[in-house]
Amino acid sequence: MSVITLQVDGRDVAVPAGSTLLQAIRAAGLSVPTLCDLEGLEPVGACRLCLVELEGSQRLLPACASEASEGQVIRTDTAQLQGYRRMAVELFFAEGNHVCAFCVANGTCELQDVAVAVGMDHSRFPYQYPQRAVDASHPRFSLDHNRCILCTRCVRVCDQIEGAHVWDVAERGSDCRIVAGLDQHWGEVDACTSCGKCVDVCPTGALYAKEDTTAEKHPHPERAGQLRRAREQRQWTP
Amino acid sequence: MVALPPCERPRLRCCAASGCRSAGAGPLLAALRAAAAAGDISAGASAAPEPLEVRSVGCLRLCGEGPLLAWDGPEGTRLFGGLTPAAAAALVAQVRGVAPIPLAADPALAGHQLDLEQPFFRLQRPLVLEGCGIVDPECIEDALAHGSYAQLRRVLHELSPEQVREQVRRSGLRGRGGGGYPTGLKWDTVALQPPGRRYVVCNADEGDPGAFMDRSVLEGDPHRLLEGMAIAAYAVGADHGYLYVRAEYPLAIERLRLALQQARQQGLLGSSIAGTAFALELEVRVGAGAYVCGEETALLHSIQGQRGIPRTRPPYPAQAGLWGAPTLINNVETLAAVPVILRQGGDWYAAIGSEGSRGTKVFSLSGAIRHTGLVEVPMGTSLRTVVETMGGGDPDGGAVKAVQTGGPSGGCIPAALFDTPVDFESLLALGSMMGSGGMVVMGQGTAMPEVARHFMAFSVNESCGKCVPCRAGTVQLLALLDRFVAQRATAADLEALEALCTMVKATSLCGLGQAAPNPVLSTLRHFRQEYIAALGPGS
Repeated sequence: MSVITLQVDGRDVAVPAGSTLLQAIRAAGLSVPTLCDLEGLEPVGACRLCLVELEGSQRLLPACASEASEGQVIRTDTAQLQGYRRMAVELFFAEGNHVCAFCVANGTCELQDVAVAVGMDHSRFPYQYPQRAVDASHPRFSLDHNRCILCTRCVRVCDQIEGAHVWDVAERGSDCRIVAGLDQHWGEVDACTSCGKCVDVCPTGALYAKEDTTAEKHPHPERAGQLRRAREQRQWTP
Repeated sequence: MVALPPCERPRLRCCAASGCRSAGAGPLLAALRAAAAAGDISAGASAAPEPLEVRSVGCLRLCGEGPLLAWDGPEGTRLFGGLTPAAAAALVAQVRGVAPIPLAADPALAGHQLDLEQPFFRLQRPLVLEGCGIVDPECIEDALAHGSYAQLRRVLHELSPEQVREQVRRSGLRGRGGGGYPTGLKWDTVALQPPGRRYVVCNADEGDPGAFMDRSVLEGDPHRLLEGMAIAAYAVGADHGYLYVRAEYPLAIERLRLALQQARQQGLLGSSIAGTAFALELEVRVGAGAYVCGEETALLHSIQGQRGIPRTRPPYPAQAGLWGAPTLINNVETLAAVPVILRQGGDWYAAIGSEGSRGTKVFSLSGAIRHTGLVEVPMGTSLRTVVETMGGGDPDGGAVKAVQTGGPSGGCIPAALFDTPVDFESLLALGSMMGSGGMVVMGQGTAMPEVARHFMAFSVNESCGKCVPCRAGTVQLLALLDRFVAQRATAADLEALEALCTMVKATSLCGLGQAAPNPVLSTLRHFRQEYIAALGPGS
């Protein structure tokens, strides 16, 4: 296995060739906020929180979807990046209806964690208060579109790991929404195996088990990576 | 070009492309053909005149005066605009020389003749549009008679793929879809990938408001495009390709499909083309109304039958495109420039235009301008020449305020900077961009915050929704611009507007989002006083 070395925030780090910048950042003992990325799922580079600066380049790179290469000099935490990240988190909060106080995911929500990490205590952009629906047609789970941030983890885990492809995205721009089956009620979609992987990986309270009420959600985002490792490397590492 | 050398047998050419069709070219063409046929009969056996050819052609350039009709005869070409079917008989009588009164005194025709010596026509340098307005786009025999596919045949028999790419490299041609990436380099990148299947794709998803260059090529000279695409396929080793055309171009789709069918029948597409081992299948794929599908990775997803959303590059399509195979994607105008480059040589082409921006560029002029239509000029021509000399300036005689280039990804350039040469670098330096070639001219009455809001509303509607800066950032930018248009903005709004523009530009995933703030940033740069004036009382 060939190894490449690069520098992240002044720290030299060696990673296997083919690693992503995000893996290199973590290998250096550092972190960047992420929402759409999840180990075990193909990266999409949609939330733009993990953007990093590359020395010698004007363009910012999504760490989750960029391959690390030899000799790169990366910065993950400049004032510019901090400003952009905070703004991105504000845009997430302003475009949906995120009310932590009575959300199932309060305390275990990745959006909430990211807001704390970037120091966002309020949005400077006006809240849009969109009219969104709740789909409680499935016998065991519910989908609350008000809390969805369109990270597409549910879409990817269902397609790439469960192989059912129940979920997809409909419409475009700010009208985008997650749909089940052919834009049906979730409970009517025969392809759904009720495995619950989408609920496990959802970073917010958009997908949740029906028995959970305020602050009772117990997500398991690590399961996507465990399953992939089990399949591809024959290792079970719970 | 529109004007042709004098010819013995008179002939009429009527533009039957979308612009002139909407101005009534259909009924005019029918009336002209009826009048020509009636003339043949009424002349009787005694003095049977030569049959009068009435040809339907592509764009004759001065779209705003349509329907356009060119009359070629022994005295050269005369051009008429805005004729109605009622004038057909009078015109045919003039062409046959049997009219009772001279042309200048004919009330049905006088006043409709357009000056072919005016700068709008005189300063054009047609290369891509060489055959547009001359050939019948629905007739491959006519296209062949005008030289179509001659370069494809020659290239297949005489040149290696590497020699073809050498000519394209030497030409200095850069992508005409907006990015300006060196075409020869892109072809090399595809050609030099490891052995295996390759694809060639023509991006005909022309979606910028005010842009109709590619449509004119598709509708007016489709065989030139197919020839260019076939040469490109040969040069990079592709045997399969797609023409991705927006659904809003029904006539272009119809003519392209007809052209493909005719080319297959002539053995110019399909297997063993022109008697060689080279094979190429081309298909039309019709878009479904998403602007973002003009972005190359979204376009590829759409061709594959997936949701039209962009993905992170690298890998670039030249490395991993359609179904993972190396894929060459070029815009219509880029591919349509290829036959002339091969015919005249790359060095000949590179001698036209300016340093860094070689050859010619087609622009579509619209908005507050006297001469609305299509111009093809050498790169490096000044904006003043295009907008004022050729375009004739403001139709009401006032001063032009600005020109918008590059659509929702570009910006507004004020009249004070009209001496800027039109090339890739100069326009970028002004905070705009070449874009695909749409130029929307604005008069003094146009308020720049409203222009910015107009384009931002476009970006809000056309955002695919994948990444948050574009999906949610454009919505917030639009709300901020609403406040400026309503004259209720605050100094804090101005600060927020600039900060958010910078963030959306720097962090969006694809070119659409990265360029969405450009109309705001460029108007802030050149017309900041209008934003200041829109601040409400107390701020």
